[in-house]
Amino acid sequence: MPPADNIKLSCEGLWKVYGDNPGQHFTGEFGSFDVGRTFQQLRDDGYIVACGDVKIDIPAGSIFIIMGLSGSGKSTVLRCLSRLVEPTFGKVILDGLDLLDQGPKEMIEIRRHKMGMVFQNFGLLPHLDVLKNVAFPLKAQGISKNERLGRAKEMIDLVGLEGRETSYPHQLSGGQQQRVGIARSLAAEPEVWFLDEPFSALDPLIRTQMQDEFLRLQTQLHKTIVFVTHDFLEALRLADHICIMKDGQVVQIGTPSEIVLAPANDYVEKFTGEVPLWKIIEAHSIMDPPDGKVGDRPSVKPEALLEEVMQLFEGDTEEVEIVNDAGECCGVLTPVSIIRALYRDEK
Amino acid sequence: MFSEKNYLPFIWGGLLLFSTILMVFGNNTKWLLVFPETLQIPIADYLDAIMLVFVNLFRWLFRFISFVLDWPMRGVQELLSWLPWFTFASLATFIAWQGGGRNTAILTLILLLYIVIVGYWYEGINSLSLVVICIPLAVIIGFVLGVLGYRSPKANAFLQVMLDFMQTIPAFAYLIPILLLFGFGPVVGLIASVIFAAPPMVRNTILGLSRVPPEVRESGTMSGCTPRQRFWWVEVPTAFPQMLVGVNQTTMAALSMVIVAAIIGGFEDIGWEVLGRLRKAQFGQSVLAGMVIVCLAIILDRITLAYAKRQLPTESHSGFRLKQFLMWFVGIALVTYILSLIIDPLRIWPEYLEFYPADGMNELVRIIITNYGEFLEGVKNNMQYFILLPVKLGFTRSIYPITWGFELTPTIIGLYWTIIIAGSILAFVKKNWKLGVAIPFLAGLLYFGITGISWVVYLTVLPLFAYSIGGIRVAIFVTGSLLFLMVAGIWVPALISIYLCSVAVAICLILGGLIGMWASTSDRVSAIVRPINDTLQTLPQFVLLIPAVMFFRIGEFTALMAIVAYAIVPMIRYTEQGLRNVSPTAVEAGITSGCTPSQIFWQIKLKLALPQILVGVNQTTLFGLNMLVIAALVGTTGLGQQIYLALSKVDAGAGIVAGIGMALIAMSADRMMQAYIKATKK
Ligand SMILES: Nc1ncnc2c1ncn2[C@@H]1O[C@H](COP(=O)(O)OP(=O)(O)OP(=O)(O)O)[C@@H](O)[C@H]1O
Ligand SMILES: [Mg+2]
Repeated sequence: MPPADNIKLSCEGLWKVYGDNPGQHFTGEFGSFDVGRTFQQLRDDGYIVACGDVKIDIPAGSIFIIMGLSGSGKSTVLRCLSRLVEPTFGKVILDGLDLLDQGPKEMIEIRRHKMGMVFQNFGLLPHLDVLKNVAFPLKAQGISKNERLGRAKEMIDLVGLEGRETSYPHQLSGGQQQRVGIARSLAAEPEVWFLDEPFSALDPLIRTQMQDEFLRLQTQLHKTIVFVTHDFLEALRLADHICIMKDGQVVQIGTPSEIVLAPANDYVEKFTGEVPLWKIIEAHSIMDPPDGKVGDRPSVKPEALLEEVMQLFEGDTEEVEIVNDAGECCGVLTPVSIIRALYRDEK
Repeated sequence: MFSEKNYLPFIWGGLLLFSTILMVFGNNTKWLLVFPETLQIPIADYLDAIMLVFVNLFRWLFRFISFVLDWPMRGVQELLSWLPWFTFASLATFIAWQGGGRNTAILTLILLLYIVIVGYWYEGINSLSLVVICIPLAVIIGFVLGVLGYRSPKANAFLQVMLDFMQTIPAFAYLIPILLLFGFGPVVGLIASVIFAAPPMVRNTILGLSRVPPEVRESGTMSGCTPRQRFWWVEVPTAFPQMLVGVNQTTMAALSMVIVAAIIGGFEDIGWEVLGRLRKAQFGQSVLAGMVIVCLAIILDRITLAYAKRQLPTESHSGFRLKQFLMWFVGIALVTYILSLIIDPLRIWPEYLEFYPADGMNELVRIIITNYGEFLEGVKNNMQYFILLPVKLGFTRSIYPITWGFELTPTIIGLYWTIIIAGSILAFVKKNWKLGVAIPFLAGLLYFGITGISWVVYLTVLPLFAYSIGGIRVAIFVTGSLLFLMVAGIWVPALISIYLCSVAVAICLILGGLIGMWASTSDRVSAIVRPINDTLQTLPQFVLLIPAVMFFRIGEFTALMAIVAYAIVPMIRYTEQGLRNVSPTAVEAGITSGCTPSQIFWQIKLKLALPQILVGVNQTTLFGLNMLVIAALVGTTGLGQQIYLALSKVDAGAGIVAGIGMALIAMSADRMMQAYIKATKK
């Protein structure tokens, strides 16, 4: 985990329980009750625990992905972080401020200036055209018409929809509608960007294309991103950190290669099993220590994917050197070590 | 489930025995045949007393409302009837064009021209102006209540019960308390129309708001909307198309009620014209005036529907922007007004240009009646002797040599019952106990007639029937309704209403079912039937009385025809839809497994379409009960007539009791039917 002072958004001991007056079960001091027992007791009493005891830290400017099967509580966590859903218990801290202590007025201000959100089914306003949809958050802030339409236009250009300003949502394809959703969520220049399965309603080809654009946008914008998906490949592709959830609980948090290389349990391993590992594992995470040899060996950066490394083993090459930015050799990779990494579940 | 199957047949069997004994031996016991007066409670009188206190306390308030409403109403009326017809027609055509394009505009113009040329402009505009003031009031009230219902579950629960009631209680019934509270005069028509027209708006507002996708609402919140911004900028616009459907329904309801309210009289509107002419048996005139109502209905329907559609972004046609619209509007108003000053017939259509072929039409009707009178009379008499009277009075009181050609001798009676009992026993032997019980009960019903059966039998059989199909809650509701009807002293008229309605519904089922089946197999038939259905449904119910009276004069049969004409529509629609919706794979599966075409139809298609057809049956029943009250104007006895009488005596208690009676009958029928539909779906 990165250093704590870099944390933009975090939550701790976060619970969302559906049922009759669930608050009565959370009377103790913060963090004072037994998580396992509380879970059991709530479920026995017929409550639905959408998420329980979730602790997440999201570093500024990084992409944090929440991933899990349907019904595992991903959306609930995301909505608790934005307080669209009122958590039953816990803390949600944005820039050192506990969101749950904020009144309705403060929350509106925070949403206006610090948060943007993209929805799975786009959530566009059917009666407004593209330009007005994008300008809508600015209208809510009371920004003058000329200014907000100008800014909306910039956003539309940013997501590549120029020329469709006067179309209505129903006249656009799914991919185009989601571009509108993205433009709208960025219009007010938020610091934290929430995305709830933004690409799940799109067909696979468009999905990959949108993922590329998403990455392109992020290199320009450097937002703090919370992204929900049930697609593990998507998570691996986009994430700086992945949080895997099951039945309302966090199972594992880590970087993509940490998750792939050291799955916390069978549940996580099931996801990783279907994944082309050579497209995810980075050279440094499985390299052997430097052997001190000097010679004419191909070299790669520590972040290079195995896919790239494997192509270098041609002819009589038997070792590949890992060289960091400073030009020092920090390790070597051999075909044997790669095969071992790829076939670890065979062992 | 297991135990239920075990004991139900025995209870039914016991009840059968009990009913038989009662009907055979209690035949001459008066208190068994007629609900004893000592058990009745003068609910109507109590209501009257309460009403009196209430009216005396609050009359000033209601009279004040009446006074306040009177001004805008008169204003609109004066304005619209002062406007030259040419100006009005041009503006209406312009509005129609903006909403629905050229076709709607042309239709509007033609229909308005009809009203002008026939010479009913003044009466038509008088009615229309009531509708015009009624719409904003009903829409605003409906919207506010709808929002309330959407926001608060408690308010919603209350509203749903009220809406249920409002939909089933005849409008005539609440005309009376309104009369008492607000005093006589056109305002009563307005207020009754607002009350009658608001419910669809309430329903559609609730529906629209609750159908706003959660993500759209959340996107509003995340855009930083305040709750108020979110409501007006996100939720209302998203629900708007649905609300406009509500506006359309509200408008049609308003027109319908404005016409019906003419019965109180008070000012020269088109409903009064129709009613008056009808009473004087001037058919040509009443048809011409009735056509004006039809024109108004079509115009209002098309224009509001067009604007409702226009709000959908999917609609390609869109009119001017507001500013441009207003400019054109004012421009047209000025130009046409000036023109009408120059050319006088454009202001008031001169009488010598009127085309009023009433005499010719009367002549035509006379010719038809002299030529086909015997035939029509024959149809009517046959229906009466062989269907209406037996159902109402039973074979015992309707079979006579002059009508049926033979006498009901003990031998024939013996034969009848022998066949029935044999049939019943056969059914029991074949292990179909339901049929075995149903046969003697139905035979008894026909033998004694709906009005000839003891109230004790009804009070035991109907609750058990309700329990068998719908469980305990339905049974309690039905029992409560029966008790109300009996205790309130309206049991006999209620039976007559039920009888007339059942016959009408039965005719609708057979006729409508056949037409629906036919339409489901032939696109051409379907294309012919659909516009007829649409028209029958948009027409204010009132208009349907005219042709019925024209050919069959006043009487029960005439009322029956009017009810059938109105109530048959849902039966046709749902039958056709149900049959058309049967999935082709099911039919193909039948073909490949070697079914004959008739097996495919009866055992596959009809079976799969049954739930939807049953929805049609339910609608038809409700429509029939609804029309019953209007049909009372042309001669039925029963609850409809009771309400009508109460209205003429301004007797609030009696009117309300009869109205509640009607509502309870409708709601009981509805509940049983819904339960049955639910059961067949499983
Ligand atoms: N309003 C609600 N009332 C009751 N239960 C709810 C409510 N909203 C969510 N839940 C329950 O909470 C659990 C988690 O739901 P959530 O929507 O967070 O799942 P998810 O991981 O986003 O699933 P999906 O991939 O299907 O979107 C589910 O079991 C769901 O049934
Ligand atoms: Mg979800």
